[in-house]
Amino acid sequence: MAKLLAALERVAHLGSQARPGHAESDTRKISLPRLKRFSPRFLRSAGIRFAALYAVLFGISALALVLFLWWATAGLLQRQVDAAIRADAQGLAEQWQEGGLPALISTISERLAENVDDDAIYLLVDSHFHRIAGNLDRWPSGVTMQQEHFELPIERDGMRSLARIYRFDLAGNFHLLVGRDVEARAKLRQLLTDALFWALIVVVGLAAAGALVVRIVLRNTLADISKTTEAISAGDLSRRVMLSGRGDEFDRLAETLNDMLERIGRLMDGVRQVSNAIAHDLRTPITRARTRLEDAVLHAKCEADLKAAIERAIADLDGVVSVFGAILRIAEIEAGTRRSAFAPCDLAPVLEDLAELYGAAAEERGLRLIVELRKPLPAFGDRNMLQQAFANLLDNAIKFSPPCGRIWLRGSMADQVVIEVADEGPGIPEAERTHAVERFYRGEAARSTPGAGLGLALVQAVAQLHGGTLVLADNNPGLRAVITLPRQVAAAGAKTEAAKNADTAEIAPVKG
Amino acid sequence: MRILLVEDDKDVAGFVVKGLREAGHVVEHVANGRDGLFMAASENFDAIILDRMLPGGVDGLRILETLRTQKNQTPVLILSAIAHVDERVRGLKAGGDDYLTKPFSFAELLARVEALTRRAKGEGPQTKLVVGDLEMDLLSRTVRRAGQKIDLQPREFRLLEYLMRHAGQVVTRTMLLEGVWDYHFDPQTNVIDVHVSRLRQKVDKPFPTSLIHTVRNAGYMLRAEGD
Repeated sequence: MAKLLAALERVAHLGSQARPGHAESDTRKISLPRLKRFSPRFLRSAGIRFAALYAVLFGISALALVLFLWWATAGLLQRQVDAAIRADAQGLAEQWQEGGLPALISTISERLAENVDDDAIYLLVDSHFHRIAGNLDRWPSGVTMQQEHFELPIERDGMRSLARIYRFDLAGNFHLLVGRDVEARAKLRQLLTDALFWALIVVVGLAAAGALVVRIVLRNTLADISKTTEAISAGDLSRRVMLSGRGDEFDRLAETLNDMLERIGRLMDGVRQVSNAIAHDLRTPITRARTRLEDAVLHAKCEADLKAAIERAIADLDGVVSVFGAILRIAEIEAGTRRSAFAPCDLAPVLEDLAELYGAAAEERGLRLIVELRKPLPAFGDRNMLQQAFANLLDNAIKFSPPCGRIWLRGSMADQVVIEVADEGPGIPEAERTHAVERFYRGEAARSTPGAGLGLALVQAVAQLHGGTLVLADNNPGLRAVITLPRQVAAAGAKTEAAKNADTAEIAPVKG
Repeated sequence: MRILLVEDDKDVAGFVVKGLREAGHVVEHVANGRDGLFMAASENFDAIILDRMLPGGVDGLRILETLRTQKNQTPVLILSAIAHVDERVRGLKAGGDDYLTKPFSFAELLARVEALTRRAKGEGPQTKLVVGDLEMDLLSRTVRRAGQKIDLQPREFRLLEYLMRHAGQVVTRTMLLEGVWDYHFDPQTNVIDVHVSRLRQKVDKPFPTSLIHTVRNAGYMLRAEGD
């Protein structure tokens, strides 16, 4: 009995612990049909999905806990009772076999007398179900010959109570009932059930509140992202997602989104600039060519006139094509898709070759090209593209130099590779310098010279693609264009990069 | 010279055929990829001008790759509206010998086609180039004209070598820029003209006759008198 009480105490104790968990199973029962009813539109909200998932997981773990508790308490009690009854019956059966009916009767009386807890139940009857020994007055009506064990109300000493009873059939058509009074245990179980029921209601509330919190937290965290993306879909490309500064996954997502938006913005600007360029700047030479041809058709007096007009129109159209090519090339470079030909390269020979190519042209115009190069100048990039960028700067310098002017081509290296082209021409006023690198911008000094105003735009695009910068400065007098590029550190990283690009690296020179 | 033109645009094709015939070549023209592949594979040509985008399910690069896998080494000039540098690389990798972007001037096309066929004849490694009284020794890297030694800068030497290898042919400025300097862009300044004029100072000026001639609207030609 002491053992039983201890077990009961344990049950009561565990029951109170189990409370929050037990009710959970019912939360699940409630929330599942509700989700079903609202789906699938309802489930499209990730916040609600996460909240539901939270409730379901909470429910499953709570149910598992409750089932274990039930098995370990109420189940254990029943197993203990059953074991006690079986042990009791075993002893009685031995007495029966050894000493027959008298021994059995005396043992039952002994055991009843020793039973301090007064919970043992015995009844021995003859073939007519008349009581021979035991503490039950008569054969309980619920006990039949079909089953071996029962749980049923009995009347004992004038008091009603609940008993768990096993039936044993003995030789000579005697019947023996062995049982335990389980009234106390039943009361405890009732208590446990009640407690768990109330706990269930509390847990439904807790699960709902938890789910709500999950949903609100998620929605608040994503609110800025969704607001920003909505604004952007509505056309406001300047919006950016705010960072919480915690550096968590959401911050990383926000950063990635911002980078993406930055890039989209740049590409959009490029597209806008190109379409503006096509609308305005290509219209002019096309109009000129068209006018020439129309004029020739209407007014040409002889074949020579006609031929001359057509040739000039062809030259105009060639100009259009080259401008068009330059625009596309800049757009392509700015889009950053041209990194395929990147490889480590020494800029010193590249610049020497260019100096040799342009030196003659400069000399012919009475200019002096002064070359100051540090060797080597290791960089990482597309050689062809860099050549064109430097060539554009030299083109400009030659174009704008006054007679007998000097042009400097300098290459130096500290933390970065710095390439500088300077001249003694009119330069670009400080206020105009930021615009000078825009497509089709033509400064005051450039208006009278041929060109489309794309040279510096291309240089800038190339510098940026290589992770460098183009800075326009004053050469007092003249312009000093400075390209700064990251230097190539002779490291394995660059090599693998180069190896990766090796298959598309170089354009095979077309030689005669 | 027998040239195959595979080009679907009627106007462009008509213009090219007329121009090539005027230049004294025999031209076969087909307007789609299937016929192009058939002609190129079954007959002998000195050069093939190949458009990249063609109707008939077989595009220019496919034709080119098929020919090259059949060990057909006919020089091919790819003619394309696709100017992208990567595409150019693809074209040359597929076995093209030269790549010309549309729109193009006929002079450029003609010069390049003629340069191609000259290269294809390939007499093997040469040690000496001779045009008229101009001699270039490729081993000792010396140049003589009428027995008189001419001193040239390394780049001038390469420029003259290029002109001599294409003697009798028009060589455009772009070809020189690509072939001698390995540059693939158009300088705004007349840099090539300056270099050719310097070469002239040394090769032509001291002598009674000129070898380097300017071809209007096209480029230059190295040609001995009477050739």
